[in-house]
Amino acid sequence: MYKYASPKNFYALAGQLIPWLAGLTVLLLAVGLYLGLFVAPPDYQQGESYRIMFIHVPSAWMSLFVYVVMAAAGAAGLAWHTKIAEVLASACAPVGASFTLITLVTGSLWGKPMWGTWWAWDARLTSELILLFLYIGFMALQASIDEPRRAARAAAVLALVGVVNIPIIHFSVEWWNTLHQPASVSKVGTPSIHPSMLVPLLLMALGFKLYFFTVVLMRMRYQILEREKYSHWVAEVLAAEK
Amino acid sequence: MSAPSLFAAARGVFMRDVTVALRRSTDILTPLVFFTIVVTLFPLGVGPGPNLLRTMAPGVIWVAALLATMLSLGRLFSNDYADGTLEQLALAPHPLSILVLSKILAHWVLTGLPLVIISPLLALQLNFEDQHMWILVMSLLLGTPVLSLVGSIGAALTLGLRGGGVLVSLLVLPLYTPALIFGAGAVSARDLTEVHLSLLAAVLVLATIFAPWAAAAGLRISLD
Repeated sequence: MYKYASPKNFYALAGQLIPWLAGLTVLLLAVGLYLGLFVAPPDYQQGESYRIMFIHVPSAWMSLFVYVVMAAAGAAGLAWHTKIAEVLASACAPVGASFTLITLVTGSLWGKPMWGTWWAWDARLTSELILLFLYIGFMALQASIDEPRRAARAAAVLALVGVVNIPIIHFSVEWWNTLHQPASVSKVGTPSIHPSMLVPLLLMALGFKLYFFTVVLMRMRYQILEREKYSHWVAEVLAAEK
Repeated sequence: MSAPSLFAAARGVFMRDVTVALRRSTDILTPLVFFTIVVTLFPLGVGPGPNLLRTMAPGVIWVAALLATMLSLGRLFSNDYADGTLEQLALAPHPLSILVLSKILAHWVLTGLPLVIISPLLALQLNFEDQHMWILVMSLLLGTPVLSLVGSIGAALTLGLRGGGVLVSLLVLPLYTPALIFGAGAVSARDLTEVHLSLLAAVLVLATIFAPWAAAAGLRISLD
């Protein structure tokens, strides 16, 4: 197990895992999308437009999940000074930010036909937007420090502060929202979800998760090469690539 | 020479910061003037209607206080970083987080407290009724220390970076949302004032415990 904490071994292992993960991702997303877009019946209230849920909901789940992974990796990097954890945290950020952005965009597209507005100061929308700001802050801090170790450690502290704050922010926004918006946004009631919709949703969620692992491993491989560019084994890898 | 006790060290840091700032009083006045200008700009932007201004007053004053605090975060550590004082503090035999807490306290006394003191004046300018003035002052009194505390984390992490000023706002402003919501909410939600103030106090307690610690960790990384 500890063997894979070394960048060289991790690089090789990730290289072996990526094709499998990528294949599974494509399979799950294809089946999930097919079941979701073609097989699942239209919703009795929302018609066809609810189908954006199959993208929106999994990416919303991922947006939080990735932040937690990022903060946990950051904490591990701070505690044990492991390079892999630092690389993982920094590889998570752009992926998580894009999930958050996808959530916001699809939510806004979904909101137009359902709520009649592109944007409502709904509690979940607002805290998702703040989450995006947290991701951007993380990436901006990391980008403005040249030395990779210091960048990783500073960003990790920020991610940990963020992870403590996310529940507080979410709770405060929810509180604020219930005060300011007495039922102006009447959310379409959520009846217990039928299996014909639940199955594609779960498949998509799993597919998104595997996509995340695939992309993060790819990003980590490049970052490892970049960080270790003066070491022997990277020279060998690059020579073999040529 | 034996090291001073923790309390003496913390008090020394506090007194030093206050003295240094008082010798250069423009540093204290700039955020105050900024605060006043921002509040003055709002009526010019949204129109002078007294009712509109009255409903907006708590939010406007809170956002302005937020921005003013944020702008003053730069001087929290940067001068000490430039002249090496900060490294001496990090080498001191006392926990850095406690010394950071006294620096934060000094920052609040020099920035937050003056904002609280002039806020009733600006509230009057926005036609804010006076019987609710104490709520506004109370919320700012509880909230501005949170702004200094949370802001210190951002200031510590961006120490010595290029473009630190803009970056610090990017890091810190999203973290300010709970304070803003509870603070401005205390004033605008009349029947729930106490709840908001209690929650704001809870945020203050949490921030007092954790923020100096995170800021100290950030400083150690920046000083590495």
